[in-house]
Amino acid sequence: MSQSASTVINDMSLQVATVNGSGSQSANMVLLRTLFQMGIPVSGKNLFPSNIAGLPTWYTIRASKDGWIARKKEVDLLVAMNAETAREDVLSLRPGSAVVFDEPLQLGSVRSDLAFYPVPFDKVIQPVSSDAKLKKLLKNMAYVGVVAHLLGMEMGEVEAAIAKQFRKKAKAAELNVRAAMAGFDFAKASLEKKDPFQVRRMDANRGKIIIEGNAAGALGAMFGGVTVVTWYPITPSSSLVETLIGYMRRYRMGADGKSTYAIVQAEDELAAVGMVIGAGWAGARAMTSTAGPGISLMSEFAGLAYFAEIPAVIWDVQRVGPSTGLPTRTSQGDVLSTAFLSHGDTRQILLFPGTVEECFRFGAEAFDIAERFQTPVFVMSDLDLGMNYWMSEPFSYPEKPIARGKVLSKEDLQRLGGFERYRDVDGDGITYRTLPGTDHPAASYFTRGTGHNEKAQYSERPDDWVNNLDRLERKMETARRELPAPILDGTGAEVGIIAYGSSHHALVESRDQMLREKGLKTDYLRILAYPFSPEVRAFVDRHPRVYVVEQNRDGQLAALLKLDLPAELTTRLKSVAHIPGLPLDARSLTDEIVAREGR
Amino acid sequence: MAEKTNRLGLTPADYKGSKTTLCAGCGHNAISERILESMYELGIPPERVAKLSGIGCSSKTPAYFMSRAHSFNAVHGRMPSVATGALMANRTLIGLGISGDGDTASIGVGQFVHLVRRNLPLVYIIEDNGVYGLTKGQFSATADAGSTSKSGVVNQLPAIDTCLLAIQLGATFVGRSFSGDKKQLSAMLKAATVHRGTAVLDVISPCVTFNDHEGSTKSYSYMKDHEEPIHELSFIPSYENIAVDYDPGSTVSVKMHDGSRLQLRKLEDGYDPRNKIEAVTRIMTSHAQQEVLTGVLYVNTELPNFYDLLAIPDEPLATLPQERTRPPRKVLDEVMDSLA
Repeated sequence: MSQSASTVINDMSLQVATVNGSGSQSANMVLLRTLFQMGIPVSGKNLFPSNIAGLPTWYTIRASKDGWIARKKEVDLLVAMNAETAREDVLSLRPGSAVVFDEPLQLGSVRSDLAFYPVPFDKVIQPVSSDAKLKKLLKNMAYVGVVAHLLGMEMGEVEAAIAKQFRKKAKAAELNVRAAMAGFDFAKASLEKKDPFQVRRMDANRGKIIIEGNAAGALGAMFGGVTVVTWYPITPSSSLVETLIGYMRRYRMGADGKSTYAIVQAEDELAAVGMVIGAGWAGARAMTSTAGPGISLMSEFAGLAYFAEIPAVIWDVQRVGPSTGLPTRTSQGDVLSTAFLSHGDTRQILLFPGTVEECFRFGAEAFDIAERFQTPVFVMSDLDLGMNYWMSEPFSYPEKPIARGKVLSKEDLQRLGGFERYRDVDGDGITYRTLPGTDHPAASYFTRGTGHNEKAQYSERPDDWVNNLDRLERKMETARRELPAPILDGTGAEVGIIAYGSSHHALVESRDQMLREKGLKTDYLRILAYPFSPEVRAFVDRHPRVYVVEQNRDGQLAALLKLDLPAELTTRLKSVAHIPGLPLDARSLTDEIVAREGR
Repeated sequence: MAEKTNRLGLTPADYKGSKTTLCAGCGHNAISERILESMYELGIPPERVAKLSGIGCSSKTPAYFMSRAHSFNAVHGRMPSVATGALMANRTLIGLGISGDGDTASIGVGQFVHLVRRNLPLVYIIEDNGVYGLTKGQFSATADAGSTSKSGVVNQLPAIDTCLLAIQLGATFVGRSFSGDKKQLSAMLKAATVHRGTAVLDVISPCVTFNDHEGSTKSYSYMKDHEEPIHELSFIPSYENIAVDYDPGSTVSVKMHDGSRLQLRKLEDGYDPRNKIEAVTRIMTSHAQQEVLTGVLYVNTELPNFYDLLAIPDEPLATLPQERTRPPRKVLDEVMDSLA
């Protein structure tokens, strides 16, 4: 293969295949950061097992001069460190791909259409350390050096990335730099470049940050004024609260040494959401974070909060269900069940962050929305968005003051003489509440999940029941108009596409592919909230065919849309639902939509 | 004549609730009266009280006392988590948790366990009659082994002693009383209210409708005497509240509505409730003697409570101003720099 004839610059995906628990995560972060520091748009996806140590794991890094950050379906450079999967990993590559492998795996004879780079990692690492345990970890940094040489990464940036990765451990940083150099030197001396992939400095990342969606959501919550946080550990949501704990300890301690917040690890998800509801009732900005199994457990309480009208913020960092499913893989599989979470005529507000910036924004805004509508707000993130690293513009400081909704103070009550908790004074379905402890004899009311009248008194009267349920529906109609509006891109195309959440990144790339490769022009509406904005109906009205792209089997958002739209529009919706347990890629979407369009 | 008032100048009427919808003579009504009375006598402003409950006959009772206090009738067995959230959000509230034996020892045992471990300042009252009243007479987990339900089913499983459980879990105030013992229950409620930790009070409260233990045939015959069909569950005989008044260190045999007898033993004066091992021994001894031991069984005022552990300020988290809950712009700048 001639290098000059087919050099591919800043457009490749690199996959590292290792064993879970072998310490490769630091090495992969160094590769990701090096590319980021070189100004090349980059994204990283951790495809990991539900396991502490021993099972195969893959980390995919994509560099894209065009700024595409979704998972790329094809792997261009494989680093094969795992004996168990090496053969299968190599067999799945496209011709022309490259493979760096641990020499004892003897992969060179498996195929003849790939560029193989055998590296005796044990020997390479021998001069760096004699400690057997340490050597196992340093082997990872040695492949960083090998890849750096093969792709043309700048070693100065590799060193800077290592320094950042081990910023609190100078000795570890120094050892890792030596290991990377050992890999680099070996590759320089012993490997002949046989593949076309190269990276070269760009300037696309100026001012950008790298962050996981869970950390972004945590920051949003902190700046949103959260005061009560409860949780029960569950993948992939745990890191949201764990990151939040770190930030709150640092930035939310009062001058008196007291915390301006309470964070509680609950005994289970029922207790976690129960505490949030108790705290929301008492006036705190309260949140919890969970994933599918936790959401299922929270269902009874979710209905109570909807019906008794109590603000709560619940993050669902979605993983693959049903049941325990694939705990470490991403999906958008909780959308339909969460929209109606709980028995009876329950309806919930959902937010769909699609970027880390929106995780930050909704992390704060969810509290305003929950307190405005006095109801739970579910922030529907997912594992891909939540646990992987994404580039972003820095987040903007929230300019709007914290809005606490319709709460009557002692002074209000003195003026009004009293109030009725569930009376629709303003005609928007949202009623006034008081907080426990308000020092006025007319402040109290009785909160209950049983039937009640406007005065919050127990009632089984049919008219009270119907009035109340109708008003709750009216409240959701108000929400429909006030929730974050969908984002439109493109006008005048015959084909419309609707997507939400992390599917966005594959879809924008797919739209580019469809246009460039097939001349297929599309308009795109990205939905940010449920109940759906009136703009969603208008969009479907303008397009004879609307593809609804999402990451589940049943086309859950498409189903929700069908419930919402007039019958004559529902036949326009075409579900494009993918759930392989891997982050969505553009090529799969392009192939399907192009075929269905008969192109 | 001037109306009776407490130190706040409030009258007993200021502590009243709605009319009870429980059966006449239900022990729970007597407990509601004692709560109202003790809050009045302590001079607690009703607006400072948060009444929290789960589901069941007991959990309906917050509607029947202190209407001027906020109340939250939550879901079955989950009052502890709601109370924990509410009180974390506003620690200046006085938390009154009302539960039953089913709500606490069956469906809610998990949350009960963890509430007690956290030592959240809350008076947790178990209105304990050993049966599910609202669903018409099934056993709860505090029913004695060998007792017979109204439908004739014999309970084969051992009872959970919620006081014993609470002490083992690290509860800092544990008492047991009887709904008809005005003096003891009232005093216990006051002590529990001022305690700065979780106070678990198991209050035996006879169910007038479904309370058959041993000797329940007398209940049947009572009904037969009134020529009512014994399986007609909507038949609710009218009873007087059962009242007792007995001295510390003595026992009293209480005749229940169904004719069965309950042997209460009151802890003697001079009993030291600070000794956990002694408390456990005395409770287990009372089981062996088929007696119900009443009084404040265990108290520990030394342990930090949940607010101490959380290191939260004295004022409510719920109403902290934005200056204290939204860090300044420079904090976001600092974090963004660290992520670049």
